Amino acid sequence: MLKLLGILIVAVGFALRLNTLLSVLAAGIITGLIAGFSLNEIMTMLGSFFIENRFMTLPVILMMPVIGLLEKHGLQERAAILIRGAGAATAGRVLMLYQTIREGTSMLGLSIGNHASMVRPLIAPMAEGAAAARHGDLSDEQVMMIRAHSAASENIGNFFADDILVAVGPVLLMKGFFDVAGVPVELLHLAWWGLPTALWVLAVGWWRNHVLDQKLKQMTAGFNINDPA
Amino acid sequence: MTLLELEHFFILAGLYLLFTAVQVLRDHRHPHRIGSGLFWGLLAILFIAGPYLPPVAVGYTVTFMVALTAFKQVGAKKAVAPDHHARHQSAIALGNRLLLPAIGIPVIVIAGSWLFRRLSFDNWSIVDPGQATQVALGLATLVGLVLALRVCRSPLSEPFNEGTRLIEILGWTLLLPQMLAALGGIFGQAGVGDVVADLVAAILPVEIPLIAVVAYCAAMALFTMIMGNAFAAFPVVTLGIGIPFIVNTHGGNPAIMGALGMLSGYCGTLLTPMAANFNLVPALLLEIPDKNAVIRAQVPMSAAIWVFNVLVMYLCVYRF
Repeated sequence: MLKLLGILIVAVGFALRLNTLLSVLAAGIITGLIAGFSLNEIMTMLGSFFIENRFMTLPVILMMPVIGLLEKHGLQERAAILIRGAGAATAGRVLMLYQTIREGTSMLGLSIGNHASMVRPLIAPMAEGAAAARHGDLSDEQVMMIRAHSAASENIGNFFADDILVAVGPVLLMKGFFDVAGVPVELLHLAWWGLPTALWVLAVGWWRNHVLDQKLKQMTAGFNINDPA
Repeated sequence: MTLLELEHFFILAGLYLLFTAVQVLRDHRHPHRIGSGLFWGLLAILFIAGPYLPPVAVGYTVTFMVALTAFKQVGAKKAVAPDHHARHQSAIALGNRLLLPAIGIPVIVIAGSWLFRRLSFDNWSIVDPGQATQVALGLATLVGLVLALRVCRSPLSEPFNEGTRLIEILGWTLLLPQMLAALGGIFGQAGVGDVVADLVAAILPVEIPLIAVVAYCAAMALFTMIMGNAFAAFPVVTLGIGIPFIVNTHGGNPAIMGALGMLSGYCGTLLTPMAANFNLVPALLLEIPDKNAVIRAQVPMSAAIWVFNVLVMYLCVYRF
């Protein structure tokens, strides 16, 4: 039971907004010590997991020069101008379209991008541009809501359609696990049983993005009523 | 042998971090010149030489870097607000050509990862198929950079300076995904998962088929929230709850259980700050002041998807 102390430390650290790196490190060291590892053993684990997971940070670092350059020359503004020209566009529809494409390509085991390469430079500005074309100048609250939903559409488009047609990642991991555990499973069955959820996620995306559009509309209306001018 | 390895791109990223460190150290007006310079320099070394260093040394180096941030020695220069007028003018002048590199990058990623997986011969390949997508993304950023330089007619120094500015804005949060992954790993080694799995099995009446399904999916989501990663949660929860109760006791289908169990884990990923690269880093990248805004937007989605997974699993797992 004492081993759960680490979880508590991280939770408290997140809740109190302490330096997150510090609470994560403290949780790791304390959990390791309770489990009977020496400090050097814990540092060895920390070091090897840290190096093994460099791939998580890689795309963000490599994208920064090209994104920084394009943004300085008006990439986000251009994306917004482009979408303003499309009369039927709303923030929700832009995000729905992105989520659908993201899911479709992810189903084939392909990734068209991530938060650094797609959402910040293109998708969020397009959604903001579409909303601005409908509702005029957006309040900060509206902009932040659109951005949060842009990140969400990338995440749910990315997670829930993995490997249905081409098995590359999680399906292989599950197959490997069941093999080791001595439970016979078919690789293709593991992949196909993801399909109902993938379709449901499209419906969920449509619902949330519809709600987003409604909220943006209400917020603009509310703003106008309160506006003395 | 393979021609291109992910390791090459780690070295490239490391060299770029080294450039950032040198720039910070040379800037005498930087408020955290020494701290930030050390921080980025050490990270650069870990990226370039990581696999050749003794892991224990890496561990202590990371600890030292965390200490630097804890004592507030790492930070960015005061941000200069972007010149929105100039950007707008430039956007109009350059037109849709400006979108070309940004759209080119995902196209190259798709084409590259498709191609790399097929281009392998008896004992050599261009890229290890397991790394195809990541290597393609690395290559795509380079091609994208060349295209962007041509479209914007910029000197090479410009993207480097802009990129450094953005990296400094992200600051130490850039380390968070790797640190949390390491924490998840340490939790796994310390057997935190087994404790929780035993606890769930002891508390809940898992001899009822529906309860077994709900407990398994809930534990997948909960565990993923704790570890920050559904892949880390899967073996623990499936060994602790899934196989003994759903498969062995009630004769459920393991493929259906595994597929929907993993997807229930992803519902947990949507809810946890532990999955920093999906939830916290995007909030920073998009410059949203509230770090939990992305998670908040995802709560209703996660709930709706999780309930669906439980329903489908309950209706199918004991039937097929």
